[in-house]
Amino acid sequence: MNHPQELKYTRSHEWVKMVDDTTALVGLTDYAQHSLGDLVFVNLPMVGDPVTKEEAFGDVESVKAVSDVFSPFDGEVSKVNEELLDEPGKINADPYGAWLIEVSNISGQEELLSAEDYEKVCQEEE
Amino acid sequence: MKLLFEKSVEGRGCSILPPLDVPACEPKEKRQAPLRLPQIAEVDISRHYTELAKRTHGVNDGFYPLGSCTMKYNPKINDEMAALPGFAKVHPLQPAHTVQGCLKVLTLAEKYLCEITGMDAMTFQPAAGAHGEFTGLLLIKAYHKSRGDTRRTKIIVPDAAHGTNPASATMAGMQIVNIPSNEEGCVDIEKLKAAVGEDTAGLMLTNPNTVGIFDKNILQITKIIHDAGGLNYYDGANLNAVMGVVRPGDMGFDVIHLNLHKTFSTPHGGGGPGSGPVGCKELLKPFLPLYHAVQTDDGYRFDSPKQSIGSVKAFYGNFAVVVKALTYILTLGAEGIREASQNAVLNANYLKSRLSQWYDIAYDGICMHEFVMTLENLKKEHGVTAMDVAKMLLDNGIHPPTMYFPLIVHEALMVEPTETESKDTLDQAAEVFHAIYQKACEDPEALHQAPTTTPVRRLDEVGAARNPVLKYPF
Repeated sequence: MNHPQELKYTRSHEWVKMVDDTTALVGLTDYAQHSLGDLVFVNLPMVGDPVTKEEAFGDVESVKAVSDVFSPFDGEVSKVNEELLDEPGKINADPYGAWLIEVSNISGQEELLSAEDYEKVCQEEE
Repeated sequence: MKLLFEKSVEGRGCSILPPLDVPACEPKEKRQAPLRLPQIAEVDISRHYTELAKRTHGVNDGFYPLGSCTMKYNPKINDEMAALPGFAKVHPLQPAHTVQGCLKVLTLAEKYLCEITGMDAMTFQPAAGAHGEFTGLLLIKAYHKSRGDTRRTKIIVPDAAHGTNPASATMAGMQIVNIPSNEEGCVDIEKLKAAVGEDTAGLMLTNPNTVGIFDKNILQITKIIHDAGGLNYYDGANLNAVMGVVRPGDMGFDVIHLNLHKTFSTPHGGGGPGSGPVGCKELLKPFLPLYHAVQTDDGYRFDSPKQSIGSVKAFYGNFAVVVKALTYILTLGAEGIREASQNAVLNANYLKSRLSQWYDIAYDGICMHEFVMTLENLKKEHGVTAMDVAKMLLDNGIHPPTMYFPLIVHEALMVEPTETESKDTLDQAAEVFHAIYQKACEDPEALHQAPTTTPVRRLDEVGAARNPVLKYPF
């Protein structure tokens, strides 16, 4: 399973890429897309919506189930990857290219996991 | 197989519609051109549907242990009763005094179903389970609002709940508070206590729950909600486990829905329509939907409750389904109803016990009317998933159990045999499951290839969801 070193992770299988000190991209990890299977729908928030740490900001749907996607921190949605609404399969094809949202004015990101620690979380779940 | 549209031949047709026997009216906005419909002879239509029927699998074909759906056999006498002209040929706009027998059916069905569930009143308007949930939540909402208690906007739903629960609550304009289950698959009391407050409108629960276990803390659970000022909603999906044994009303529930098409032997889904009556305690009765049939000194009539939430469906719901359910209740009687539930639980435990020789059961102990297996180890060791096993069951003439649900169990297969299956059928099914397990260990690839004997092989579910083709350009 591919979990790039330069990214940070959550226990609920989101990845975080810092754009600058208070802005970050959020997506679903390779492990998450693999466990969910082929995605068929994605629900994302609107630009300007607030997000709250550990609360759902959207959901993804596979033929098996719908799963919430959780925010790794508090902040405000500054961009939404609208391309995914038409082509949710991009998350399966390229989980680290297919970011879901960009969040600005973030706070509370201290507890994010390194790639190494995240691998351990995945192994525990296996 | 060709569609009716593709079978259409210009100039063919049939006269299956009866002649007009009421005065014709000319609508103001009339179509300019006639509707383009397939032109087919009656014999070809008949063959078309027979061919379709041959490609399906129903309870009349074989074992159908679809968890949480209660695919019991539907006795033919139900249909005979519903087809009686006095029931089948009535019109919803007929005056009540000309359909007294139909109103009596509704009041009798209400009386018996209230007796079975421990409720005080019931509406038959909702057309299915989720529709019933939505209606029940509107009753809860109306109740709080009538008391000026407008802060109560949150519905507590356990993570093992049916997906319709949070969906219905959202539709009713409420927010969901999800609480995790404990290790036994039951409600985590401490988490529940932490979740309730002045904003709690109510709790939605099935008992026995989604993993087929009766939550023994139910009285404590419903009291926590009541003490916080909320109401308790019982999802009747799993009522087949407890009819005549224990009543939701006595467990502390204030409002419930039933699935007549599950528990009371009326047809499901495409063979329906369904019926999801909502029962409630006295405190919610003033808010019930319109068309509530009542008995008075002058016979039966429809009552409109004073603070009614209005209609949730035209007239009185799917009436013929209520006739079928009432027939079922009267056929079985009080003892038979209890026996049906007892045998449903016995059958589930028997099959669970046999399957546990080969498969992992997600939760230990005695189950109620259904149980959940987890095929996680089979997947790890042999690369065979719950989906693969389900597909091979199809090759053996068995409808697969519910798959990948509940979400809290990985590689889940949820099995509900129902009471209408004999020990022979259960033994045959157990042998099939055994053979599939052996095959999975020896030749996993064979399972990846299944099904091989069905009219269609594995369907492209992802393609169907991503690019649904919903119309035919005719």
